[in-house]
Amino acid sequence: MNVLDCRGMHYREINARLEEWWRNGCREALLQGVNGQRYLGRAFSEGYLEIEGTPGDDVGIFLNGATVRIKGNGQDGVGNTMNRGKIIVEGDARDIVGFSMRGGKIWVRGSVGYRVGIHMKSYLDEYPVIIVGGEAGDFLGEYMAGGLIVILGLGSKKPIYGSFIAPGMHGGTIIIRGEVSEKVVSAGVKMSPLEEHEWRGVSAYLEEYSHDLALSLPSFRPSDFVKLFPLTTRPYGRIYAY
Amino acid sequence: MAKSLLFPEFKIERDAERCISCQVCVRQCANEVHSYDPEDDTVYSAEEHCVGCQRCVTLCPTGALEIRKREIGFRPNANWDVASIRNLYKQAETGGVLLTGMGCDKPYPIYWDHLLLNASQVTNPSIDPLREPIEIRTFLGKKEPFLEVAWSEEFAGLKTRLAPQLELSIPVLFSAMSYGSISYNAFRSLVEAAKEIGTFCNSGEGGLHPGFYPLGDWIIVQVASGRFGVTPEYLEVAAAVEIKIGQGAKPGIGGHLPGEKVSPEISRTRRIPVGSDAISPAPHHDIYSIEDLERLVFALKEATRYEKPISVKIAAVHNVAAIASGAVRAGADIVAIDGIRGGTGAAPQVIRDNVGIPIELALAQVDERLRKEGIRHRASIVIAGGIRSSSDVVKAIALGADAVYIGTSALLALGCHLCQKCYTGKCNWGIATQDPYLTKRLNPQMGKRRLVNLLRAWSLEIKEILGGMGINAIESLRGNREQLRAVGLTKEEAQVLGVKMAGEGW
Repeated sequence: MNVLDCRGMHYREINARLEEWWRNGCREALLQGVNGQRYLGRAFSEGYLEIEGTPGDDVGIFLNGATVRIKGNGQDGVGNTMNRGKIIVEGDARDIVGFSMRGGKIWVRGSVGYRVGIHMKSYLDEYPVIIVGGEAGDFLGEYMAGGLIVILGLGSKKPIYGSFIAPGMHGGTIIIRGEVSEKVVSAGVKMSPLEEHEWRGVSAYLEEYSHDLALSLPSFRPSDFVKLFPLTTRPYGRIYAY
Repeated sequence: MAKSLLFPEFKIERDAERCISCQVCVRQCANEVHSYDPEDDTVYSAEEHCVGCQRCVTLCPTGALEIRKREIGFRPNANWDVASIRNLYKQAETGGVLLTGMGCDKPYPIYWDHLLLNASQVTNPSIDPLREPIEIRTFLGKKEPFLEVAWSEEFAGLKTRLAPQLELSIPVLFSAMSYGSISYNAFRSLVEAAKEIGTFCNSGEGGLHPGFYPLGDWIIVQVASGRFGVTPEYLEVAAAVEIKIGQGAKPGIGGHLPGEKVSPEISRTRRIPVGSDAISPAPHHDIYSIEDLERLVFALKEATRYEKPISVKIAAVHNVAAIASGAVRAGADIVAIDGIRGGTGAAPQVIRDNVGIPIELALAQVDERLRKEGIRHRASIVIAGGIRSSSDVVKAIALGADAVYIGTSALLALGCHLCQKCYTGKCNWGIATQDPYLTKRLNPQMGKRRLVNLLRAWSLEIKEILGGMGINAIESLRGNREQLRAVGLTKEEAQVLGVKMAGEGW
């Protein structure tokens, strides 16, 4: 594994260096001393990138198949407009995690900020998944058009979700542990218990999540969760006069 | 159900003596206006469905059809014009937001028609473009404030590394029109024409059909709030990337491609399921400030290795000059500004007709603001929104634009008759539709030829105008407002435009 000490380096230099390494056949790199540099691992289509420290915004933006592991916290835009691949955050992440994500997986061990997973979409076998170990802020899954978001709220006593869940949701599924208050769920979004066959899919993702983060999760049952899904794939179908 | 109060907008006159009941009109009309009754061998017309697109009139082999705007016999009323009454009836019947297509058709002042161009007389003699070269090639992108040149035995040349540029053989590009809003054949015509002419077309916000990837060198791809189809390959194949913040026809609002238009091919391009609404939210949810815009500009520069210009497209709104300045400071290499007359495939009529400002005023203010701040060189300005002719192009450049986007003009060249019904998906001219029966009416080779012809004609005219001014390179006209004079404008209007009144000398 190639190692790069990123202290004092501009993101442009770091990404250019990584790209050069990748061109020469390297497929694994460790970035040390990262402190706020943006766009790390942007659009990488293969290989493994490990980040020590705190990367700046948009880590793994346009990611296209590579795996990125963040040993600390992520800032805004983790996996922004991501296409394929996997991002593992061992700490917390902030706002717009997985914005407009089309495929791949984002595992966050800790909590996430506002507007997480907004406008995620899926198409045929492109199916994005976000699993958050802790809590999520307001506007979770806004405009969501496909994919899966799971909020586990591990070790949390207070509500593990914010307000205004999934306004404009027209596809995909959000799964939240515990009860969810009707008050915070937006119009056009329905809640129901998790079906057995749905649980099988989710638990496979949870297994992968716990394995990647070396966690031992409590033995969940489907009844521990509530499922949120949209009433229609045509939220704007009836507001226009033709 | 009660009878609709929606009166027909058009009157169809069929000359019974000329009509041979060949039923061309029946087959051509996707709105099902015409129908044939074999019993009495007569073609009938249901006027209430007619949108006035003139397809049947154009194709009728005997010239038997005429379609006219219907004179409605309401008592004349200066306040209640027929269009307002009709809209009101429609909303009372449907309860919905009125949709429309193409650009604003309200009679707001068209400032191009109040600006006159200069020509040389006696001194600074005019140039004959047929005899002498006139350069209209245009480069879009950031320009350096100064150049460092190395001059030694070993190396003579430029030391400054130039920012990436788009090279245009004529300062006209084709506006963003997505595959989805227009047909595959219409988009193919545009991109093939751009290639032949040496300019660019814009993918719009719907992603790029894989069939167009090989032509990426002539395509500017858009990144809009829905991020449809924005993959690394999409950014990779393009000549430049445009962040769409706003659109002149619908500033401040997003776009909804209705689920019924999301066909298998469109769904493949947008990467969403068939039949699902394709929603572009009003804002980009990762952009709430100029600093956030900068983050996306540089994300795109990073993803394209700083090899492609990044454009930011905004709508011309009241504070456009400050917003454009912010976009330049956020790192945009090109700022595209779309005025109130800019077209659309679908927009709420109330927004299209009432929000935004004319592009002429916006352009003059943006150019002036960027000059005053000393950052005009850091980005090219491309304007859009109702450019109709080569003289509009020349006036725009004299007001400070580097180039113009044409959308409506390009569609007119492809056969559009401005019926404004793009949002119905029933375009009889095969342009704004995905219906295979309709789309095959537009042959992309013929479409390309018509577009190439249009821009060839414009480039000849532009050279003619420039030669008359005694200017042999379009660079020398850019922002050269002495070549413009105002007629029929107030002092304030002329002031905002930064031009003198006709009759005033230098």
